[in-house]
Amino acid sequence: MLSIRNIVKQYAGHQALNDVSLEVEKGQIFGLLGPNGAGKTSLIRIINQITAPDAGQILFNGEKLNQAHIEKIGYLPEERGLYKKMEIGEQIIYLARLKGLSREEARRRIKFWFEKLEMETWWNKKVEELSKGMQQKAQFVATVIHNPELLILDEPFSGFDPVNADLIKDEILELNQKGTTILFSTHRMESVEELCDSIALINKSRKILDGKMKDVRNSYRNNTFLIEYTGNKIDFTGDEPFELLDEIAADDAYTLKVQFKEGVTANEVLQYLIPQAQIHMLQEVIPSMHEIFIQKVNQIDGR
Amino acid sequence: MNKVLLIIQREYLARVRKKSFIVMTFLVPGLILAMYGVMALLLINSDDLNRVRLVNVVDESGVFAGKLKDTKTIKFISSSGPVSNIKADLKKDAEEFLLFIPSDYTKPNGVEILSQKKPNFSVVSKIEEQMNDIANANSLVRAGIDTAKLHQVSTAKIAITSKQVTEKGVEDSSVGAAYGAAVAGAILIYISLFIYGSQVMRGVIEEKTNRIIEVVVSSVKPFQLMLGKIIGVGAVGLTQFLLWIALSTAITVVASNFLMKDKVNAQREQVMRQNQPIKVQTATPTAPPSPALDMYNSMKTINYGYILSWFIFYFLTGYMLYSALFAAVGSAVDSETETQQFMFPITLPLLFTYILSFSVLVNNPDSSLAFWLSVIPFTAPVAMMVRLPFSVPGWQLALSAFMMIAGFLFTTWVASRIYRVGILMYGKKTNFREISKWFFYKE
Repeated sequence: MLSIRNIVKQYAGHQALNDVSLEVEKGQIFGLLGPNGAGKTSLIRIINQITAPDAGQILFNGEKLNQAHIEKIGYLPEERGLYKKMEIGEQIIYLARLKGLSREEARRRIKFWFEKLEMETWWNKKVEELSKGMQQKAQFVATVIHNPELLILDEPFSGFDPVNADLIKDEILELNQKGTTILFSTHRMESVEELCDSIALINKSRKILDGKMKDVRNSYRNNTFLIEYTGNKIDFTGDEPFELLDEIAADDAYTLKVQFKEGVTANEVLQYLIPQAQIHMLQEVIPSMHEIFIQKVNQIDGR
Repeated sequence: MNKVLLIIQREYLARVRKKSFIVMTFLVPGLILAMYGVMALLLINSDDLNRVRLVNVVDESGVFAGKLKDTKTIKFISSSGPVSNIKADLKKDAEEFLLFIPSDYTKPNGVEILSQKKPNFSVVSKIEEQMNDIANANSLVRAGIDTAKLHQVSTAKIAITSKQVTEKGVEDSSVGAAYGAAVAGAILIYISLFIYGSQVMRGVIEEKTNRIIEVVVSSVKPFQLMLGKIIGVGAVGLTQFLLWIALSTAITVVASNFLMKDKVNAQREQVMRQNQPIKVQTATPTAPPSPALDMYNSMKTINYGYILSWFIFYFLTGYMLYSALFAAVGSAVDSETETQQFMFPITLPLLFTYILSFSVLVNNPDSSLAFWLSVIPFTAPVAMMVRLPFSVPGWQLALSAFMMIAGFLFTTWVASRIYRVGILMYGKKTNFREISKWFFYKE
């Protein structure tokens, strides 16, 4: 539904985006990852038409991105806030009307959301009277009030306490199930693994990796396994079918982290070990997004 | 465009609902009320007694000869000598006047009263009234008196142009009022440009520090937001002015009708009702004349409607011009304390003109300096307010108005290019070089 093609964005003396292309499919939760200053926010601002790219184009549902699409996009920026002196209800009505909703429609939908998130009593409260967490909830309602087809969330969970973060996460998942496509930008990997179907990794203004999350992680499998056994400690001589990466002893159990040699299967390894010890567990270590992220970023940086 | 309206509405309502707006709205008419109070006090305490004033009447029309009746404070003397002789005599006695009636007394400013001292209002209005009565009676006679026709006959209105005979010759006595109006206009427009301009700036900084700006510009273009804010705040200013004018006018009318009438001068009422059918005056005036009435009288010589409409024009265009720049400054900083370095150069032309207006401009409203200052858009609002009460040639007004409109279009364009970049920049110390770079950024 969102096709980003060869986007280039240059600020005076600084390249923010260099030939970045992405495909976000309808109904996906798409994670846009990258360290701070990589160009994530620049890309998001271009999608929101806050700034325009120097080159490249963006297609929204196959059409060239234009003003009419603003009403179909909901955006929760990383730098977010509300008018402090304005009442919550009135404020969300205002923001909803800027997205093209009528006053009555906005009022109706705010009622729905306020009931859903248990905020009914907040209507006439000024923003400055609310706690930070409450403000974030109100902000979330303002972001989704116009039922956007595409929801862009920039570091959505920063500033939320764990309870509200879970609440918002559930709302995001529910919206996704109803068909909302979600593009979400973060450098916190645990939420990525939990939520995202696809990811793209941006570093130093370039896309360095993208694809379905499962595929990405699978492509980073490197025959590493965890093995736990009890019994006498095994002395490794070097002619085992694997390389020993790490060995941890705890009480009477030992945990090994090993990398299988080329062409060796798990069964062969077990056959080798079973005569020597009591095997409790054998588990493949699939690298986490966090590891992939660090590895990939460092690799590019040449560290 | 609809979105700009929404923004205007929000900006407007958010400010009009503030307490400070309501306080200010009533404070200014309150001050005017206080001014009337002071005037009334002056009138009551006036020690200018019922001295008899001699009025030499030179009547070229012959209509009024012998028909002007002496009152408690005025004694009419018919004279036929050359006007210049009597003028010379006037310099000897402060309480002597010369009333000059040309043969065509109905034309505006025809009838003149000359004196060494400024003629006070009560003397002038008494003579005016008597003359109107006589002139009306005269035209009634000529119309072939008929009571049915009485109301159809146009009422003669003679306004006496008061001129002071001084060492320099004859001088228009409303110059003082013009001076006052000029200075008041300059101060008022200077202050209001600053007040409402910095309100725009503070609004922009507020949006930036509250971090709501990015939420809003994902729905509207930065230019729409800036425009909406400028127009919204400008509408607040306009509302404030209109409320001030309405309330002040109401207070003036009330004060004139009650405060002044009862305590001071029955004649005043007659003046206020000049358009009514002729009445034979039955009550004899009793109250003493005073300087406060002079002040009131000369205040009336200013054409307020004219100055007020131009004031509104220069406020609006000057406000648009400066508030756009103020908005750009607001977008470039993270807090109000950082604005100083940008504000000073921007407001320098205005400050410069403001300082000049009290000395150079008001004394030489037609000098070439005054002309250029009233044509350059950055200085025109203040300079023109100084010049207006002294009458400005039409083509200069037109040129100045054109320059103002061109000026605000230009600054709005420049400011919007800075604004769209500035609002998204956080935590960066900016300077003029940085800002000029922003100007050249592509979309």
